[in-house]
Amino acid sequence: MIQFLLLVMGLSFSRVEEVNLRQLQSRILATSDTTYVVNFWATWCRPCIEELPAFEALSRKYSKEPVVVILVSLDQPQDRLTKVEPFIRRRGYTESCIVLLNEPKPHLWIDKVDSSWSGSIPATLFIRGNRRLFGEFQFSETQLDSTFQSFREGRQ
Amino acid sequence: MRLGLTRLSVAQFFLAILVVGQIASASDDGVSLGSVAPDFKLRNIDGKMVELADFKDQKGAIIVFTCNHCPYSIKYEDRIIALNTQFAPKGYPVIAINPNDPVKVPEDSFENMKVRAREKKFTFPYLVDESQEVAKAYGATRTPHVFVVSNTKEGWRVHYIGAIDDNASSADAVESFFVRDAVNSVLDGKVPTTSFTKAIGCTIKWKNK
Repeated sequence: MIQFLLLVMGLSFSRVEEVNLRQLQSRILATSDTTYVVNFWATWCRPCIEELPAFEALSRKYSKEPVVVILVSLDQPQDRLTKVEPFIRRRGYTESCIVLLNEPKPHLWIDKVDSSWSGSIPATLFIRGNRRLFGEFQFSETQLDSTFQSFREGRQ
Repeated sequence: MRLGLTRLSVAQFFLAILVVGQIASASDDGVSLGSVAPDFKLRNIDGKMVELADFKDQKGAIIVFTCNHCPYSIKYEDRIIALNTQFAPKGYPVIAINPNDPVKVPEDSFENMKVRAREKKFTFPYLVDESQEVAKAYGATRTPHVFVVSNTKEGWRVHYIGAIDDNASSADAVESFFVRDAVNSVLDGKVPTTSFTKAIGCTIKWKNK
């Protein structure tokens, strides 16, 4: 019974929401002055989990400004509660918005994120208004912050 | 799952309002469809050097950039073995190439390649692209990344670039068998219906410059 209650509580406090591409897109408002930083990652992707702290730090640094960091896990949906959720809790990420993208058939949606994306991760998309910057980068905290700043200021 | 019209138009709308400039540098250098793929000479797990020219009596080859550690590569191992079982007798053997830097990923070392090949009883060459030049020349970016080539007078012509199929997580749920269908098309003298696909995969672990 206790286990059941814990499970229910765990579910209700889930940090990692499952979304499809349309739902993910609907979170990005092209008309606002918000800068969106959308990082595609997975728990199985080593370079991704190496750079995640940089995104959490970015999120924290700009928490008072119109900046939204979305960490999009490409883990399998069945791994959401067993792998992704525990991973996020262990890392103690509280600032970034974290979702798991449940879209089968990557060949049908990769181009919709960005036509230059080969499909390898990590990959990051910066969006502000009608401006975008996409790349298969792996960022250090400094690189991410400087890329973010120059993107936001329209320098790239 | 087929994408409905509604979703497509929502997606197009999304793109229309968002796409302005793409500064990404991901326009793949490397071979393109219809072009001739370069030969290579790489060490196999048995220590011998293997080159495409060794396959001159074959109709073509299924070149798979893959590795030991990547979960996507692991999910596809049995399917890569099955491709070789199905197509080696028809003149399209599998040639697997590991391009990863073992300094970054020790599981992908030459010694571990031997172990993995033995465990999985690979029936095809598993070559190490130590300099990563072959992966660069082909424009491979992730593992697994497949190139189907046919053996022509002009050289090894590229017919398909991309994923093995449309469902990495479950072989049972696959609806589109890209590589299988592409090889069958080429065997029939036809152009593959789908000759280029993208897939999520582990990025190739390039050496630090």
